[in-house]
Amino acid sequence: MSHEFLNLLPVLMPVPPLIAFFLIVLFTNRVRWLSHTIAVLATVICVVFGVILLTEGWHMGSHDLAHHPVGESTLWLPIDGVSHWFKMGGMMDPLTMGMLFFVPIAIFCIVFYSIGYMGYGTSHVDKYYSRFFAFLSLFAAGMFTLVVADNLLLLFVGWEVMGLCSYLLIGFWYDKNYKDPNQITPRQAAVKAFITTRIGDVLMLLGIAYLYTQAGTLSFSEILRNEEMLHQLAAATVPGLGISVAGLIGLLLFAGTVGKSAQFPLHVWLPDAMEGPTPVSAMIHSAAMVSAGVYMVVRMFPLLSAGWHHNGPPTAPMVAMGLIGAFTALFASTIAVAQNDIKRVLAYSTIAQLGYMIAALGVGAFIAAAFHLVTHAFFKALLFLGSGSVIHGMEHGAHHTHDHDTDAQDMMNMGGLKSKMPWTFWTFLIGGMALSGLPLITAGFWSKDEILAESFTAMIHGEGGMGVLGAWVFILLAVSAALTAFYTMRQIGLTFIGKPRTKLAEHAHESTWTMILPLVILAIFAVAAGWLGIPDDFLGIEWGEINTFHHFVGAALIEHPAGVLFNWIPLLTSILVVGLGLYGGYLVYWQRPVEEGAPDPIVERLGPTHEVLKNKYYFDEFYDKYFIEPTKYVAAKIVYEWMDRKIIDGFLHAVGKGTEAVAHRFRQFDTIVINGGVDWLKDRFLDFAQAIRSFQTGKVQEYLWHSLIMAWAFAVLLVLVLSR
Amino acid sequence: MVPLSWYLIVSALLFCIGVFGVLARRNAIAILMSIELMLNAVNLNLIALWRYNFPEYPTGLAFAVFVFVVAAAEAAVGLALIISIYRQRRHVVVEDMDLLKF
Repeated sequence: MSHEFLNLLPVLMPVPPLIAFFLIVLFTNRVRWLSHTIAVLATVICVVFGVILLTEGWHMGSHDLAHHPVGESTLWLPIDGVSHWFKMGGMMDPLTMGMLFFVPIAIFCIVFYSIGYMGYGTSHVDKYYSRFFAFLSLFAAGMFTLVVADNLLLLFVGWEVMGLCSYLLIGFWYDKNYKDPNQITPRQAAVKAFITTRIGDVLMLLGIAYLYTQAGTLSFSEILRNEEMLHQLAAATVPGLGISVAGLIGLLLFAGTVGKSAQFPLHVWLPDAMEGPTPVSAMIHSAAMVSAGVYMVVRMFPLLSAGWHHNGPPTAPMVAMGLIGAFTALFASTIAVAQNDIKRVLAYSTIAQLGYMIAALGVGAFIAAAFHLVTHAFFKALLFLGSGSVIHGMEHGAHHTHDHDTDAQDMMNMGGLKSKMPWTFWTFLIGGMALSGLPLITAGFWSKDEILAESFTAMIHGEGGMGVLGAWVFILLAVSAALTAFYTMRQIGLTFIGKPRTKLAEHAHESTWTMILPLVILAIFAVAAGWLGIPDDFLGIEWGEINTFHHFVGAALIEHPAGVLFNWIPLLTSILVVGLGLYGGYLVYWQRPVEEGAPDPIVERLGPTHEVLKNKYYFDEFYDKYFIEPTKYVAAKIVYEWMDRKIIDGFLHAVGKGTEAVAHRFRQFDTIVINGGVDWLKDRFLDFAQAIRSFQTGKVQEYLWHSLIMAWAFAVLLVLVLSR
Repeated sequence: MVPLSWYLIVSALLFCIGVFGVLARRNAIAILMSIELMLNAVNLNLIALWRYNFPEYPTGLAFAVFVFVVAAAEAAVGLALIISIYRQRRHVVVEDMDLLKF
């Protein structure tokens, strides 16, 4: 493997899916088997590239890799003449390696799974089958671009490509309508997702522009690994705002993440994104999209935390991340408890888990956030694909019983699927346990535990506000963890345990092997990925350097962060809350499974609170009343009636009338002068012709007379002229 | 030897008779004959001017021979036309032949 090729590999990562996209769109969109073969092949190539890069990175060691990232960049745009260029390229540093560990494999699983999910080889194969794989490929290309980018601008390009793809894929079934007019359709969900994320993106773009004006570069290595630059940005204050330049840039960039990673208050789009096909949900919720938002803040963490020292007072972006992240985690977890749609429960759990990562960054736990990002991607992809398998099975039951009115995604219509779909059940159980954080075995436990431990340390040792922030994060995340365990048990209980509550569930059956295989692969990672991040001093015993992830990714920072010392309190808290949640869920939903026709026991226990949670704290209604309706009012009354109709149209009409008047004068001029003149000339010609036509008599002798007279006249003239 | 001017006067008179005939006669055959007169007046001019000016070159004679040939051809075509008109109309009055008027 030559050195040049290796350096080029990061740049090449997005290329195979991009080629696949164009091949499918342009050439193979009529041939289903070829389309999915190309898409799967492209992801396989990416997995191979990823493995090569990971191996190389491993051999180089984190220290070398951090100082000399594998990568290549090219001169792109000249600035200040030719001496200073904006460079574009791809690179792999330890943090990118962390991303490359899960992104290619998760994307491969999702694309492969889609073959079965979109019904290849069955009678109900999707009519836009090839298009789906084209969009998935473009989505993957966007994510790889974002991951390997070596500057913020290229990252933003990948970011926006994914924004487009999420719009296209959420609205994939754009012609679908529901009987209930209040139920959001895929079209509306796609528009909602696009516009909501756009709010964050605009602010993020402002942040990028501001960073460029202040730093003169957007290259990661030139900003994030340059202590002098970070120091300058942290020391300079923004005039009039009383906040450091780094702080304002950080807040603006974080706004992009709030939109992309669905944090409060821009979380509303993510649950509705469930209207897309399930593999898309998996793509958005694990491998790409929301991970991209967290990846960006993790990547920019040195800038966001510029001026902060360990356990010192937090910077403005860190405060924002800690407050919003922890609040979102608790907030989304409570909503998830009261949802009945199998995918919506997972959607809210995603929002909550993203809140964990953001909150972790708020207390300075850079590595813990990155680690949770990796583990979460595996188990959330697993859970989504598992739920897709369940829905697929239920829809099979719907085809079988010709009952298309029962909602195949409503958990209240399921039950007892454990025996019908054993593979799905066991893999889903593994994913659910990883999400809950079942101690010691699952990946989710290790990453969550690290976040809790870091926030606990911040709470105890933090100075100047960091202590309060740490306490806020620690307490909210702990409560959220208990809720997570509870609703996961509720979900699995309602779906798989007990007896089937409808005919659909009775006739459900296991999905095809193309859907099961990705589940198994992801299940293995959902457990094993956690072993990379076991603390060195777990339980107070020196295990040596077993926290591979920490040592490797930590090198991405200038100053290698020290791992927190082992403390029993967060560990026990973690085990306690998870245990409580799991046991509670077990008692309510597993021990006495819900019978057919019986109400959900949680409705009675929570009383009116359940109604509030079920309606997601009425956030959609709130936004509708205070943002969408006023916007519509402004659009209809002010912009349309007043500005468009009166001012712009009025102006246009005045211009039109004026032009018409001028044209009328021109027309008169045309009729009288030009047409009249030409007609007069014509008439004179006619008169003349009429006058001389009598000469043509047809009589030869008269002609001869004429010529004789002419000859005489000519002769006379000649004589007169010559004689002079 | 008579002077050259006498030849030219005769020739001019002959030509005027021809012109008068062409313009005034109603019979197509008479017009054809008048044209012959005009051609011969020209011939007379040619021969006279040649004989008095350049008798050493045979150019004037050759020119006159050309005019005879043209006159013969013209008479042949003209008579043929007149005969075909006669066959149609049973007369050859030129004044009535005005199909080419406006």
